[in-house]
Amino acid sequence: MTRVLELDSITKRFGHVTANEDVSLHLDRGEIVALLGENGAGKTTLMSILFGHYTADEGTVRVEGAELPPGKSRAAIRAGVGMVHQHFALAPNLTVLENVLTGTEPLWKFRSNRAAGRAKLVELSRKFGLKVDPDARVSDLSVGECQRVEILKALYNDARILILDEPTAVLTAQEADSLFATLRQMTENGLSLIFISHKLHEVMSASDRVVVLRRGRVVAERRTAETSKEELAELMVGRKVQRPERPPATPGKVLLEGVDLALGGKGGASLHGVSFRLRAGETLGIIGVSGNGQTTLAGLVSGLYPPDSGTLLIDGQEVPRHDVPHAIAAGIGRIPEDRNAEGTIGDMATWENAVLERIWSEDFSARGVVKRAAARAATEEIIKGYDVRGASVDGRIRLLSGGNMQKLILGRVLNAGPSILVAAQPSRGLDEGAIAGVHERLLEARGRGAGVLLISEDLDEVIALSDRIRAIVNGRLSPAIPAERADARLLGLMMAGDWTAAEAIEAEDAHAL
Amino acid sequence: MRFERRDHPSRALTIAAPIGAVLAALIVAGLLIAIAGANPIRAYGLILKGAFGSRLGISETLTRTTPLILTGLAAAVAFRARLWNIGGEGQFYLGALAVAAFGMIPAIGALPAPLAILLCLIAGAVVGMILLLVPLGLRLKFGVDEVVTTLLLNFVAVLFVSLMIEGAMKDPLAFGWPQSVPVPEAAELPKLLARSRLHAGLLIALVMAVVVWWLQSRTVFGMRSRAAGLNPRAAAFAGVPLGRTLIAVACLSGGLAGLAGAIEVMGVKGYVTTDLSPNYGYSGIVIAMLANLNPIGVIAAALFSAVMFVGADSMSRALSIPSYIADVTVAMSLLTMLVAIFLAQYRIRR
Repeated sequence: MTRVLELDSITKRFGHVTANEDVSLHLDRGEIVALLGENGAGKTTLMSILFGHYTADEGTVRVEGAELPPGKSRAAIRAGVGMVHQHFALAPNLTVLENVLTGTEPLWKFRSNRAAGRAKLVELSRKFGLKVDPDARVSDLSVGECQRVEILKALYNDARILILDEPTAVLTAQEADSLFATLRQMTENGLSLIFISHKLHEVMSASDRVVVLRRGRVVAERRTAETSKEELAELMVGRKVQRPERPPATPGKVLLEGVDLALGGKGGASLHGVSFRLRAGETLGIIGVSGNGQTTLAGLVSGLYPPDSGTLLIDGQEVPRHDVPHAIAAGIGRIPEDRNAEGTIGDMATWENAVLERIWSEDFSARGVVKRAAARAATEEIIKGYDVRGASVDGRIRLLSGGNMQKLILGRVLNAGPSILVAAQPSRGLDEGAIAGVHERLLEARGRGAGVLLISEDLDEVIALSDRIRAIVNGRLSPAIPAERADARLLGLMMAGDWTAAEAIEAEDAHAL
Repeated sequence: MRFERRDHPSRALTIAAPIGAVLAALIVAGLLIAIAGANPIRAYGLILKGAFGSRLGISETLTRTTPLILTGLAAAVAFRARLWNIGGEGQFYLGALAVAAFGMIPAIGALPAPLAILLCLIAGAVVGMILLLVPLGLRLKFGVDEVVTTLLLNFVAVLFVSLMIEGAMKDPLAFGWPQSVPVPEAAELPKLLARSRLHAGLLIALVMAVVVWWLQSRTVFGMRSRAAGLNPRAAAFAGVPLGRTLIAVACLSGGLAGLAGAIEVMGVKGYVTTDLSPNYGYSGIVIAMLANLNPIGVIAAALFSAVMFVGADSMSRALSIPSYIADVTVAMSLLTMLVAIFLAQYRIRR
């Protein structure tokens, strides 16, 4: 095997924070290497050095034996290194072809050679199985398609080494599977790949070799075939992490009930005749491929908008007004799907973010004036009680990491003592340690008698936390199955809309009761 | 070279930034003064002397500061909530016209002065509000960009004023000059200094600045309007009623600009003409930006702007340099201020 890329004892410091220390790494032709590490382990920094975004303080980067000049992205591109960023760098108002051509032609050329560009793009797209319409506007594409465009952009520049920064962070499980299939095919065409991830299952299924980073150092390197999820988890976190076990449920009275709820358009996909019951002390898990109505369902229960028809009952009472203050006052705690876009306001202080959704309550305001002392005290309590690291009451919340932001959200929701918890994708994008923490809190809420509506695309999470599981497909809810009977195949069928098996189980279950 | 956002912009920096910006602007404008053939230091000395060197200078400067504080506040509250009210000029004029129209009702003139003043101020503010609520309604209902609508409404407003003061509201005793009937005596604002133009409007403006500061930093309304401006989606998730919050912001912003017009006509001029405002509405935008949208900072920015304009007049008489230098300095300080705000929030790294 030929060595195509070699990073030799890279060290990078930001002030007195060492992001990478003496990191060495190599990549052979046709190989897929996974760079595994928790958030903040220094994965992205390392790849940015390789790609010339940052200059290393020490160490060298060699591509096919030739040393790359530090800090020059252009040199990296010319040497055949392509990078696919986690947050896409595409212009939404341009077409796929225009996005791919941007930056490939000299600025003072009078007109761009579209015909040749198109031919090359179509050829690449065929060769690597990356299907995409060259004339589609990027704003009309799905996230999965945008990612394909990003990859094509790199390939168009004749990349032979491709670096993907958390490529599946924004993809659904299906899209991720098809992405990895494509990547595997690309290596057969002579490409070499590094992908950054903190998800163990995709590292296990998609890579040839794993390099584990922790606190900026390489702590281990394993052939994927010779390691296990458990070992990698321990290496990554530095200690044994165990997701909490779910004790048996003691379901009580029905706390939340939806009867034939229908809603069109708002917040994404529509809902059609959705009925469900959530009891005290149980967790109802809702799985599904994104875009099938789970966002709409979460928004509806959270009080963001009213249903077009049907009724929502809390504690047997019909909800009189569908707005956020009423939902919260009725005992609904809401963990939003998107922490940054929906859950927090980055440029406001931590304390403001902690109390904004309950600012109308007499705990935090009187006659329209904010009770600042009370609000700050409550925030202090959340920061202490939920171990929100790096947070200060007056600091802007954007400075927090994803995991700590989620802790703050959990704190503000749970400290209000909700009887119903709506958790939408509660551990999306979090690392293993943080996920365990979130799960513990959700089980704790269930343990003290709250009903938890868990909406998640992460099947492991749903199986681990839920007592009953339903799938949402095209705005309709499948029959419920008990978590004990769930396996990947059955859940797959349910998410695909084949509910015969689930119906049988539900009927059997009802019979047993 | 790259820019990194500072984690915690220090307090010293946030205060030093605007001062540095103003100094930088003065240095650049100083170069222009030097090119025009005068000694910049002497010129600035004369500007300060013109603005503060005499009883007349001081009273003129403060008279000029008054409407600028109010239009500055109007822009600042709106911009905080990302409501781009560029229509301060139109709201100012219609606020002024409302007072004159209101004064035509005989019963108003017969009221005791405090009551007449209060009613006229309210009339001006309400008309200013209405003029901003229309574009806001278009934005909320149809998504029409309020930058365009508020800006264009300025021309509509000024032409409407012109229509009225040459027609229905024309003063028959003004020897044919296009000016409105005068405000009734009962509605004139009392003078703060005898034999000067300085009037009680200054106190109203200062009180409003404190009130706006309090509203923004201490009330539920202030918190919600900031949330709505910074991240509407998250604000909606937290239950902030976006429409209602923006309507309240528009009432405050339009009301302040209308109030500025009302106070100007009741305190200084006594009647409405189409040159009542030397762009007070537009200057308010500059002042709000200079103050970094801080209501207390607006007072300082308005004073700075007024000093430049009043002082430049007398400086230009003494040195025969065009008084446009005041415009240049204020405009330049806006540019340097934008740079300074940026540098206060980001650090430069290599």
